[in-house]
Amino acid sequence: MADRYPDYDVLAKSDTLSWNPVTRKVIAERMATAEPDILSPEQHATLRRLIERIVPQPDNRPPVNTVALLLHRIMANRPDGYRHHRLPPLREAWTIGLAAIDAEAQARHGQPFALLSNREADDLLRAIEASETQAEAWQDFPPALFWSWRLIPDIVSAYYAHPSAWSAMGFGGPASPRGYVRLLANRRDPWEAREEGNHHGA
Amino acid sequence: MRSYSETEAVDFVIVGTGAGGGTLAARLAEAGFSVIAMDAGPYWRPLEDFASDETHQEKLYWTDERIVDGEHPIKLGSNNSGKSVGGSTVHFAMVSLRFRPEHFKARTKLGYGADWPVDWREMWRYYAEVEDALKIAGPVRYPWGPHRGRYPYRAHPLNAAAEYLARGAEALGIDWTETPLATLSAPRGKAHPCVYRGFCVTGCSTNAKQSVLVTWLPRALAAGAEIRDLAMVGQIETKNGRVTGVQYHREGEWRFQPARNVIVAGYAIETPRLLLNSANGEFPNGLANSSGLVGKNLMVQLNQAVWGIVEDEVRSYKGPPSLAISEHWNYEDRGKDYFGGWSYMSQGPLPITWARTLSGGRGLWGQALIDEMARVNHSVGLKMVGEVLPDERNRVTLADECDQYGLRIPRVTFAFRDNEKAMIRHALDFMDQSLAATGATERWQESDDTCHLNGTARMGNDPATSVVNSDCRSWDIPNLWICDGSIFPTVGGVNPSLTIQAMACRTADRILLANHEAS
Repeated sequence: MADRYPDYDVLAKSDTLSWNPVTRKVIAERMATAEPDILSPEQHATLRRLIERIVPQPDNRPPVNTVALLLHRIMANRPDGYRHHRLPPLREAWTIGLAAIDAEAQARHGQPFALLSNREADDLLRAIEASETQAEAWQDFPPALFWSWRLIPDIVSAYYAHPSAWSAMGFGGPASPRGYVRLLANRRDPWEAREEGNHHGA
Repeated sequence: MRSYSETEAVDFVIVGTGAGGGTLAARLAEAGFSVIAMDAGPYWRPLEDFASDETHQEKLYWTDERIVDGEHPIKLGSNNSGKSVGGSTVHFAMVSLRFRPEHFKARTKLGYGADWPVDWREMWRYYAEVEDALKIAGPVRYPWGPHRGRYPYRAHPLNAAAEYLARGAEALGIDWTETPLATLSAPRGKAHPCVYRGFCVTGCSTNAKQSVLVTWLPRALAAGAEIRDLAMVGQIETKNGRVTGVQYHREGEWRFQPARNVIVAGYAIETPRLLLNSANGEFPNGLANSSGLVGKNLMVQLNQAVWGIVEDEVRSYKGPPSLAISEHWNYEDRGKDYFGGWSYMSQGPLPITWARTLSGGRGLWGQALIDEMARVNHSVGLKMVGEVLPDERNRVTLADECDQYGLRIPRVTFAFRDNEKAMIRHALDFMDQSLAATGATERWQESDDTCHLNGTARMGNDPATSVVNSDCRSWDIPNLWICDGSIFPTVGGVNPSLTIQAMACRTADRILLANHEAS
């Protein structure tokens, strides 16, 4: 789909009243986050490929460091406050899950997940989502629960924590102390995104 | 801030500083009692500490490990659980509603659930007190229920998302109104009015939100209470049938604070967890648990939604998320094949929340997710807050696993029953009709979300069927009190924070009265 907000970059207002100092600090740190070396090279490649398929980035936008953000979360192993009784804690779940995805790729195609075609990778992911896996690695590790309680929420939460993803959706972004004045439909403040082909507002 | 020593007993140790505990800290300190209110979380300064960012602000949520199971394991964290001074009111959506009067006597008047051992007229006087303390911004005339006075501050303007609720309700011939909200619509003291930044549920960085953190707690401090933050209470001690104080973990060690009374206000998971973890030789099944009901009758609320796409640019990230409401189905009993009530409100999800909704509730991922996220400024939604009936099988128990303090963690067991399923069907169908009437297309239903936590230490008139009496005092231990969402016998179809605060004000007055009579 064509970019609806081609001339919008939420970072353009990072030095304005829309961003307070603590926001500037945490977003800058997030964007500068590098990938920690906590997984085996195989697992790392599996995770990178997985993220490419779940949140494929628009070509025209600055890259999102989703892999780095998720790796930090895995490294911290901080709980969410609700763990499904059939799943282990976060880091353990990801370690087992990445290995199981690779085992599934080997069982189906005889090669690691990172080397599958887009179509093969997506078919495999749909099998996990539907609990229709073949590999023995899933024996005591329910694939659909891993999918809906861990894989999907963790990946989309990392991706949509990044300003590049906010810009692509026309989200106003950080807003404090300056908020918004125009709240009604088809009205926007000058510091909000202009939608392509829509001449309402400002 | 005044600070009390650990060598002398204070009149009250309050465990938790949210809607129940924070309110009581103010009211009891103002009455002249010595009060320490402890919270496991930090004492934030929103102007300096709060970012406009969903991820960073996860620091406000209770994310310590908990196990969830049952037929519908519930998701906790952001939606219903806080770990900071001020409790979950620091990140609540500010929706401040009164119970329908009949909902206080659901068993007698409506034939389901349980009765509250209090009279609605008394509760409505306390609602008015809390609404004034928080300067609730609301409509001039509220469409449902008995007459109530004007809200202290004028209603906030509607955003586009709220306009869609209004138009749908009008098309279907039911009432709607501006939602009564605990955020300023005019200046108050040093605080500016709400700037409609839209990050309310991740914490308000301008102090317009009238949370416990900025309302009751400054009053508590001014009256001489101590707020002891980063203090995790692990056990309440007893001797000869009375509580003597609390063991709490702070700055790396376990400490003891003696107290003449203890009030537990940890919300509906941590409260029963603490009572159960405090089991000792005198009370082998946990404190206040002679009825066996501590931890039972956990009630979340139904939080299902209908979403759709419209031609208008809605941009629902602006303003408080729920500026318009209809309580029609809290007050109308005809046309239902289930017990209980529900309200519904307009919505304004932030990016991560919306991405999790589309990927979790609708199963979108890959290019489909990216494309749908790019249409967010044209999406509108209506979301219910629906009544869950009390059921002893929905409960909080202790798991074998221990947390970072060495305390057994909670296990939370939950399932929807037939009544909830019937209510969800009706509500989703009705909200879909409402959205359809506004021209929204590509409508879809989010069918499994829940919010709020209540029950697990219910109040009542009979020690055999309740944990506390109508004064929120434990039947078993005369100087142990419980005052938070745990004491709710039923939850109604409204957000619980205003009722918790009203009950805390009432409890303070009951304590004063009992103290006066004893002296």
